[in-house]
Amino acid sequence: MEKKVIKKIKVIKIDAEKCTGCLACEMACSAFHATPKYSSTNMSRARIRVVSDPLRDIYLPVYAGEYTKMECAGRDKYIIGGKEYGECDFCRASCPSRDAFKEPDSGLPLKCDMCESQPPLEEPMCVKWCLNDALVYEEREEEATEETKVEELDVAIESLIDKFGRSKVRDAFERITSKT
Amino acid sequence: MRYAETGINLEIDLSSGNIERVETDVKLTHLHLGGLGTNSRIIWDRVPPEADPFSEDNLLIFSTGLLGGTPAPGANRTIISAYSPQTLLMGFSMMGGFWAPELKHAGYDKVIFKGKSPKLVYVWINNDKVEIRDASHLKGKGAIETTEIIKKELGDPRVQVAAIGLAGENRVYFASIEHTKSSASRLGLGAVMGDKGIKAVAVRGTKDIYVAQPERFMELCDEILKYIVKREEKPIPGVMPILAGLGSPQEMRIVDEKWHTENFSWGNARKRIKDYWNKEVEEKWKQVQEGVRKRLVSCWNCPMRCAAVVAVPGISTYVMKCFSKLTYTMAAYSDLDFGFRIAQRATEYGVDGYTTPQVMAFALELYEAGILTDKDMEGMPPDTEGRFFWLLEKIVRREGIGDVLANGTYWAAKAIGKGAEEYAHNNIKKHEQLPIKLGMLNPVYFLMYCTGEKSNITQIEGQFPQAPFATLEEREDFVKDWIQVPDEKFKKYLLDWEPRGERSNPYYPTPQMSCEIVDWQEMMHYIDDSVGICAGLSSFPLKPPYHIHNYPMIISAATGMNLDEEGLKEIYRRNRNLLRAINVRRGLRREDEKPPEDHWKKRFPELEKQLLDAYYEFKGWDMNGIPKEETLRKLGLDYVVEDFRKRGILNQ
Repeated sequence: MEKKVIKKIKVIKIDAEKCTGCLACEMACSAFHATPKYSSTNMSRARIRVVSDPLRDIYLPVYAGEYTKMECAGRDKYIIGGKEYGECDFCRASCPSRDAFKEPDSGLPLKCDMCESQPPLEEPMCVKWCLNDALVYEEREEEATEETKVEELDVAIESLIDKFGRSKVRDAFERITSKT
Repeated sequence: MRYAETGINLEIDLSSGNIERVETDVKLTHLHLGGLGTNSRIIWDRVPPEADPFSEDNLLIFSTGLLGGTPAPGANRTIISAYSPQTLLMGFSMMGGFWAPELKHAGYDKVIFKGKSPKLVYVWINNDKVEIRDASHLKGKGAIETTEIIKKELGDPRVQVAAIGLAGENRVYFASIEHTKSSASRLGLGAVMGDKGIKAVAVRGTKDIYVAQPERFMELCDEILKYIVKREEKPIPGVMPILAGLGSPQEMRIVDEKWHTENFSWGNARKRIKDYWNKEVEEKWKQVQEGVRKRLVSCWNCPMRCAAVVAVPGISTYVMKCFSKLTYTMAAYSDLDFGFRIAQRATEYGVDGYTTPQVMAFALELYEAGILTDKDMEGMPPDTEGRFFWLLEKIVRREGIGDVLANGTYWAAKAIGKGAEEYAHNNIKKHEQLPIKLGMLNPVYFLMYCTGEKSNITQIEGQFPQAPFATLEEREDFVKDWIQVPDEKFKKYLLDWEPRGERSNPYYPTPQMSCEIVDWQEMMHYIDDSVGICAGLSSFPLKPPYHIHNYPMIISAATGMNLDEEGLKEIYRRNRNLLRAINVRRGLRREDEKPPEDHWKKRFPELEKQLLDAYYEFKGWDMNGIPKEETLRKLGLDYVVEDFRKRGILNQ
């Protein structure tokens, strides 16, 4: 039987019209997720990405979502308000067809975690740094089915297995752990 | 481990094609911070004072600031330095945008260009991989066009590009370096870039930038953000709308231009039109501005929206910032629609929006006066707006009369002769100024105009109101939350400053007070330009978030230096004196330090002499504007003393 629970749903409302392309959200995200916290900035580690093209007036903040090992067939174009977007522009996935939402050194997938931490932040860092309110944080309660949360480490190892194969990852793991 | 900075400069010799990563000495960071400070040091150490701006010896330095790329809001400035072909002094022009943070993420604090490339190239910096690439296919292309082509060619929309247009390629003395929504426009550094054969510098970086005390630094950044929100909710009453808040003057957002259109001069900085602004003009300009403005946009990690994406039907889109909205409009006695149209082309060609319209208005005055003739102007259309477009084409191509005009009004007037010098009336140190012609001399502004190394008032002024508030009540209200003052006495100066009577311009603020006020203004600009924080959040507006009391903590937390206010002030004085020393070595003397003769109608030669004397004295300079030996030694600039001695400069 699935168990129903009341869950707090965290939502970031994205008003792309208000985005001014400053990339503070990317900067702040990368600082929060640095180890130790705030010790470095690097927008290519951010779990939010602003697709921007000033001359075509395109400003689109997108959050990193699930890791996927397969490329999708999405090559379509969207035209919204006279502006052309690629299907990829809206996509949250860390996927093999692009560099977005991957750690630049390791290629491991990144995913927005709403800056969950102890003590909790009032709102995710990207929202806090967006003074122009393109990003606004909201919470609401919803009845939902309880799910098992996939741990970050599981996702990372799974992506390595997808990339190098089970035996290579196992070999590397044993080799490295036996050294220490 | 280096914090806030990378500790690496990229050295590119265009003559030989040699590229090197060079580790920098951390001592220089402690002495000069970075940005303008370390640029000055490199130029002092490595560029001979005899070097022609268009020679292999002239270095062209693209620098980040010490805080550039860190979370400090507004830490995005690129500080570009080289000897200027126009003033022949050290030119330092700056731009906002995204270029400097990208460079630091690529692993470099500066890119230093020397030599000259035999053919047109562009430089591609992709983290550790740096290439000099052929740019023959970009020859003659617009600056924005070039940016688009390079991004496409490199297949990465996140590449940041700084490019020159045709004007830079043709070494126009007021050619700019353009970068999406920003440009380093003043003092002709685009011409130096063109002379070196660099069409563009493209950068992509995906490395980390570290700070020394993460939690503390973030806390200080939070305070800056909170202050910005609070300050924006409370525009300063009694000052013009474009200057009431933070950022650059908010001309893209605000339509109300009563102040500029009636107080700045039209044409070749000639005529004030006192009753220009009315309901009808306002309605029309509102329609034009809101019609072409697609969106207000920001520089990297800054909440201000000082620029706008501008799309005029029928011509390609560009991004405009600040006052170039009005410079062409007013120089041509035209309207806003014309301003937006010609600025698009001027941006593609890459020319300075202050100097260019003035050069064109100057040419038209010479033509009306018969100094330039039909032969010089062959093919020029009959209407003023058409003439501006025609002149722009001639200048950027250096065709016919354009070849003379491309050197700016000072050098053009010299070449033309026949009394043309009288018409080049709005220069300081050979450089065109904003078209401001006022009545009563303001002692603080007099000093800034005379002595500013930058020769551009917006990069010197700030902090202190431009004019006294009318009532004591307003003044009392203003000083209530004036936390930025370095000393409480500045509040008194403002409280006592009256629009009329004994304590008013030109005798109040007194020479001593004026020196102190200017010193504060300069200090904030020199710090900003060294750490790479935009003046719009610091030295330019009234009551900014960054000031002398929080800067030492912010810089210390980011870098691990142990700076206090006195320590930071000393670095400012060192950088200020070193830059002065570079220019002194290039020949700058007291006689060069004067505002345009007609800047104020009422002039006071005796008082002006007192003011300049007091300023030099205050700075520890001799009466010729040369730093004294004891001043230099106190700041650890003994090597300047030795050099001045060798050249006989100290004994003059």
